[in-house]
Amino acid sequence: MATEITIGIAGAAGDGLDRTGDTLARTAARLGLHLFTYNSYQSLIRGGHTWLRLRLSEEKVDNHGGHVNLLMSLNQDGIERHAPEVEAGGAIVFNSARLHCDSVLVPEGVALAPLPVPELTADLGKTLPVMQNTAALGALLHLIGFDVDVALEILAETFKAKGQGIIDQNVGVLRAGYDYAAREYPPLGVSWKFTRKRRPVVTGNLMTALGAVAAGCKFYSAYPMSPASFILHWLAGHSEQCGVLVKQAEDELAVVNMAIGAGHAGVRAMCATSGGGFALMSEAIGMAGMIEAPVVIVNVQRGGPSTGLPTKSEQGDLTQAVGASQGDFPRVIVAPRDALDCYNTSVESFNLAETFQLPVIILSDLYLGEHRSTVDPEAIPTDVPIDRGEWVHEAPAETGNGGYRRYALTPSGISPRARPGVEGMTYVSGTDDHDEKGLLISDEHTNPAIRRKMHEKRMRKMDGVMAQLEPPALEGPAKAKATLVGWGSTWSVIQEAAAQLTSDGIATNQLHFKWIHPFHAAEATAILKGCERTIAIENNFSGQFARHLRAETGFFVDHLLTRYDGEPFEPAYITRRVKAYLEGREDDLQVEEHEAREMAYHHVRVYMKDKTRPGRIEKRDGGRFGEPVWEVELVNRQDGTAEAKLVIGMETGSVHDWQVLAGSS
Amino acid sequence: MATAELTLKSLESDVHPDWCAGCGDFGVLKSLKEAIVELGIPQHEVLVVSGIGCSSNLPGFIRTNGVHSLHGRAVPVATGAALANHDLHVVVVGGDGDGYGIGMAHFIHAMRRNLNLTYIVMDNEVYGLTTGQTSPTTAEGHKTKSTPRGNVERPIAPLALALAAGATYVGRGFTGKPKQLTKLTAAAMAHRGFSLIDVFSPCVTFNKVNTYPWFRERVYMLEDEGYDPSDFMGAMEKAREFDKRIPIGLLYQTERPTYEDTDPVLREGPLVDQPLGLDRAKLAALLAETM
Repeated sequence: MATEITIGIAGAAGDGLDRTGDTLARTAARLGLHLFTYNSYQSLIRGGHTWLRLRLSEEKVDNHGGHVNLLMSLNQDGIERHAPEVEAGGAIVFNSARLHCDSVLVPEGVALAPLPVPELTADLGKTLPVMQNTAALGALLHLIGFDVDVALEILAETFKAKGQGIIDQNVGVLRAGYDYAAREYPPLGVSWKFTRKRRPVVTGNLMTALGAVAAGCKFYSAYPMSPASFILHWLAGHSEQCGVLVKQAEDELAVVNMAIGAGHAGVRAMCATSGGGFALMSEAIGMAGMIEAPVVIVNVQRGGPSTGLPTKSEQGDLTQAVGASQGDFPRVIVAPRDALDCYNTSVESFNLAETFQLPVIILSDLYLGEHRSTVDPEAIPTDVPIDRGEWVHEAPAETGNGGYRRYALTPSGISPRARPGVEGMTYVSGTDDHDEKGLLISDEHTNPAIRRKMHEKRMRKMDGVMAQLEPPALEGPAKAKATLVGWGSTWSVIQEAAAQLTSDGIATNQLHFKWIHPFHAAEATAILKGCERTIAIENNFSGQFARHLRAETGFFVDHLLTRYDGEPFEPAYITRRVKAYLEGREDDLQVEEHEAREMAYHHVRVYMKDKTRPGRIEKRDGGRFGEPVWEVELVNRQDGTAEAKLVIGMETGSVHDWQVLAGSS
Repeated sequence: MATAELTLKSLESDVHPDWCAGCGDFGVLKSLKEAIVELGIPQHEVLVVSGIGCSSNLPGFIRTNGVHSLHGRAVPVATGAALANHDLHVVVVGGDGDGYGIGMAHFIHAMRRNLNLTYIVMDNEVYGLTTGQTSPTTAEGHKTKSTPRGNVERPIAPLALALAAGATYVGRGFTGKPKQLTKLTAAAMAHRGFSLIDVFSPCVTFNKVNTYPWFRERVYMLEDEGYDPSDFMGAMEKAREFDKRIPIGLLYQTERPTYEDTDPVLREGPLVDQPLGLDRAKLAALLAETM
């Protein structure tokens, strides 16, 4: 078994948690480890709660796992929320000058590693509050058996622009934390094999952008929207270096229409957004289909509907992508499965968009787009194929100007393109249906023959697309009791769950889909018919992929395992619910104790100015609607006296009662 | 292939315009052709982009390149095309509903960007293709199919909006004054930066108020009055004059760098001619930033 450990860093927005996590991630990556990080955050700029998990492993990992072996908390809230999650053999690191950890919160076998940060840094001059993170990071490095020199080297690079004084101070603080921990606390006993092979630490969004650039994207337009904005930021920052014109537009209507205009004029153009922005783009996607303009549209999905959950992941836009825009037109929909696949998908998408002159929709999501992971540099192709499709570069001698047939009816459905600007080759592209030359048939009394043939021509291109796509294949044991069916970003977490189920004695395999449209109906049916039990696993409410599968094949999956609570799947979550299903137990989605506690934190922040924390939580019967309830006591953070009471229905989730007790401050 | 002679005839497309007899849009089409011939712009270097509406059918009636795009989206489509290939002469055409109604946001933002585009709005104060509803420039009190008791909204002032948004060429024409319209169109196409011409282009079928005689009684030519088009505040005043007298002609012209001038990526020439992709060393450098 490969050695691995998961570290959780808790704090508030503005605590500098990102920078600390970044240093740790880069340190691990330079030592030759793989990593996967997932940052759970809320939609605000300061305060609130942020929970960053870093899974470090000797082997490639493509999901965050779900364990916590070491907690580093930057505030009191973080200790209280996450100390109970730390697994035996782990530890909790915090600045003991500001924070304390109540022993009742600490599970058995978990060590405390308090750090008197002001004492440790007294000799280093006036330090910023955020430097407690650096001291804690030093201690953490000791506990997990990391080499301090690599982290010091990264700090020196990070603060290079700020001068030697700042570098020295940061290096001093990190070393002080490390040395103190080395004196006071035994390491956790993790034994690593450091290969020191350096790997890039990337996000899905970065790989989408990088793949686009490698594929020759020259034009990128966007309107800011989480969780797609990073693509805009990165491309804007590298615009000159990569030769990509980056345009922030007034809205997503402008964004997509600009990209289509650029694609029509002959450059490779892309835009990205999330579900709400994608909805605004809908009409223009049909225009791209009609005027046969290549364009790549990335939808980094987040929780919907409406503004939904801006900082949470969901696979909720499959139906929207399949149904975007009026009428029938050819489109490609693809859902990459991991960061490296994001890179390759960008390349494939541009080639399909230009070869077949159609819109390609990439369905990524927050989890895939924003997580960070290592990739092997040699796995990233540098010499990617750039297939620009069929073009006419010069007017044929025999035809006068106006002779060019932009929408020539051909057996493949592909009409060779001409770039606007070629002498003797002027043409008009219309969003009304048109004939081979582009003349509008909407202006004729009726022309069913050309309408029929044009429709068929456009849709025929999908056969050509299909021939280029790799069909889905079973992964895992050939014979299995259960087949887990998924699509897009859940590939790794499902794979890990299937492996766990198999090792628990339930042979489980996986059928994962990348190409959503066109759909490999025949191949999928052949595989699924041979499966004993099929379970669709999706990060949405209604099982959008399962419905798509049914529409395309007539195949009904045996069971739908969906998660739509804003949280990503974890392997253990899937195995628990798969086992429940296979054993015939009811899939219970009642409010759980830890969820009731999280709801209480919301009350702490909004109504109690963060002065209390959840205390005793008890389950009792006889709530409103006759449902069982969680009774949560909120106690004073300093002296533990009860200050408020919250009663939450386990079935409905309704807040049945909220009382601030008399005498509460 | 020998370069074809550029004439009004060579700019004729296969399709005869299907506008109503007497429609103002014929005049705009003619002025556009005359301007192209006068400026000697090879017709294959022109891209005419429109939205949806009677006037937006224009790209089909002229032998240049064209995109007949979606309702209200001509400006962003044209923006993308112009940024992709800034060697093209991009002209946006459409109606008042297309540009000032459904496409208003793009109209404003294109002007503040000072993109090198010419935008000709065929303003007939009514929705024609949908058979006569109120439009953003319909006068207060005007009865239309959608305002049977009279329009209760104030019409927008497109020229004042254009000035406020930073357009660098703002003109108004009337299809009843074809020579001036051609002059305005040629000057707008020759202008570097965003040029707007709002053209009174009467709808003979659905607007029985703003007719040719109605405009003839009111319009006067700015050039006849010694007007100075470099005076911004003077232009603002003229942009609001819409009563017994309505000014036509060039209201305002100024110079400032175009969007195309300022984006460093375009210094290397049109995007469409630039090399694609990344070499190994560049990719490695980008990845090294993450290590």
